[in-house]
Amino acid sequence: MAKKVALLQGNQACAAGAVYAGCKFFGGYPITPSTEVAEELSISLPKVGGKFIQMEDEIGAMASVIGASLTGMKSLTATSGPGVSLKQELIGYACIAEVPCVIINVMRGGPSTGMPTGPGQSDVMQAMWGTHGDHAAIALVPSSVQEIFSETVRAFNLAEKYRMPVQVLFDEIVGHMRERIVFPEPGELEVIDREAPTDGPDTYKPYDSTKGQIPPLASFGSGYKFHVTGLNKADDGFPTTKASLVDAEERRQVDKVMDNVADIESNEEYLTEDAEVVIWAFGSTARSARYAVNELRKEGIKAGLFRPITLWPFPTKRTAELAVQCKAIVVAEMNLGQMIHEVERAAKGNCVVAGEFRVDGEPINPAQIMKKVKEVL
Amino acid sequence: MAYDYEKSIRPGKLPHIWCPGCGHGIVMKGLIRAMDTCGLDRKNTAIVSGIGCASRLPGYLDACTLHTAHGRAAAFATGVKMAKPEMTVICCGGDGDGTAIGGNHFIHACRRNIDMTYVLMNNFIYGMTGGQFSPCTPTGAKASTTPYGNPDPIFDISKLAIGAGATFVARTTAAHPREIDKLIVQGIQHKGMSIIEVLDDCPTTYGRRNKFRSVVDMMKHLKANAVPIKAAAKMTAEQLQGKFLTGVLFHDTEKPEYCAQYAEVIKKAQGA
Ligand SMILES: Cc1ncc(C[n+]2csc(CCOP(=O)(O)OP(=O)(O)O)c2C)c(N)n1
Ligand code: SF4
Ligand SMILES: [Mg+2]
Repeated sequence: MAKKVALLQGNQACAAGAVYAGCKFFGGYPITPSTEVAEELSISLPKVGGKFIQMEDEIGAMASVIGASLTGMKSLTATSGPGVSLKQELIGYACIAEVPCVIINVMRGGPSTGMPTGPGQSDVMQAMWGTHGDHAAIALVPSSVQEIFSETVRAFNLAEKYRMPVQVLFDEIVGHMRERIVFPEPGELEVIDREAPTDGPDTYKPYDSTKGQIPPLASFGSGYKFHVTGLNKADDGFPTTKASLVDAEERRQVDKVMDNVADIESNEEYLTEDAEVVIWAFGSTARSARYAVNELRKEGIKAGLFRPITLWPFPTKRTAELAVQCKAIVVAEMNLGQMIHEVERAAKGNCVVAGEFRVDGEPINPAQIMKKVKEVL
Repeated sequence: MAYDYEKSIRPGKLPHIWCPGCGHGIVMKGLIRAMDTCGLDRKNTAIVSGIGCASRLPGYLDACTLHTAHGRAAAFATGVKMAKPEMTVICCGGDGDGTAIGGNHFIHACRRNIDMTYVLMNNFIYGMTGGQFSPCTPTGAKASTTPYGNPDPIFDISKLAIGAGATFVARTTAAHPREIDKLIVQGIQHKGMSIIEVLDDCPTTYGRRNKFRSVVDMMKHLKANAVPIKAAAKMTAEQLQGKFLTGVLFHDTEKPEYCAQYAEVIKKAQGA
């Protein structure tokens, strides 16, 4: 049987990916350029018995998503810069309380209202450090409509597996772009469901590290009575200020991600094997970068592309290897230089690291990347 | 025989954090009795709070309890209830939590008329942070941030709830403990958004700054100024000055409940 094919907008693909992953709850608040995700889900979720609610603001949306997830439902919210800023306190809540959920950020220019209809990639550090306190983060950065679908599915998988919020960031260009998409058949992409507790209601502890780095989360209304709080807590979920317990919990919550980078990481490389210069780019910028690589190769310059698909945790190991291999890394991003700091940290001075930045609401074009490459070589 | 509260309280979670004389404990006992009267299955009951002294209440109760972030109880609870309408959802928290930082979620939960019961403990102050004024601190009163007397006018929480669309709104005080459970029971049994405002006391950060010599003094004040809604009908505006109406202030059984409305949306989407 021929696969279902469609011409779809990135935001619509995101909504379709969520449904494929088994998402049953969406709480949101309208904001350009993410609104189509909500509009699509308001149609498709009730069809599969799911729930869609437009909340009074983005904080309420995030709260409703965490509440719904605690009943066992895969839950999603979608927003853009100003909305992500409002959600930050509760993203931290989902981190410390370890509640799976997915947050879509269709990036526009900023700060503040910035450029609502223009693309940006300036929320990438916020995705890691936006909420206060120490915590780990997982952020995915798809660069095509097809990939938005599959990365949305993967975001739910990672959220459920690692019991934490996962962010998917794509810029306005990819969110609003229409491309051909081939819908995966059911079962074709892996879909991970939340692990059920092995303990019965009488002995269950929601943060019992003897059950592993990621203790299973029971659902409200399934026979388990337990407590959830944003305070530092002991393994039974109740607040504690005991130094050793606080320390162990904080570290476990970061380690559960950092010890599993190999599982969470995802990158694409193009002509990097013999590359003397690597363009380090993600999202829509990586599309320009790929074009630039081809043009540079035609001119005899050995260029390659490194494209992170998982942005956080940062691909430190592979970036470091490339820095040893090549003469220069050119980081292209639609901001004034954010990921370049991480690239420099990983490169440890083993190659030249240069940046090509843009914040005027226009995409980074291949010509400017090529010019930068020639400057640094 | 003395009432057995123990069976509803989580083993090992007492003593509670509240100061001697704090009204929140009286409200907790009322809530326990009400949950009992309604025969609630605590496995299928979610108790959701924000942050503050009042919001510490859920941690003591043996149920599905969710201590969220400051002001966000109603929004978290909306997610829980939408996702699992078969659960009984109870919110609780303070005046600051519910009507200042959480005011937006509060009014919109009322507007939706989603089936939950919100027990709002109004002690006229931000207790937990040491007595700064809240939207319910009486004008002229002393708080740690109103050294010259409070210039702000107050919210009448019950009126706010009625105006916002809640369909069961009642008020009582910590000096009327038996009315607390009576009203919470009615709130739980009502299908829609129920607001139970309980005026209580914070001797530690409000009482001592405002010339209440003791907890007894504060209780006497609550008792003296509470006017049952029926009695109020026979009183003049002048007589009602500075008083607060108690009892069931509003009850509407016509307005559709939100989860039931959404069930209709699902039917339509599925072409039924
Ligand atoms: C976002 C945020 N802002 C401020 C605080 C500090 N804070 C904690 S409790 C509280 C006031 C609580 O007052 P109320 O809700 O009336 O409860 P009470 O302590 O009086 O029972 C404040 C301001 C916080 N925890 N989070
Ligand atoms: S500070 Fe006030 S509100 Fe908080 S526990 Fe003490 S008396 Fe109660
Ligand atoms: Mg208070």
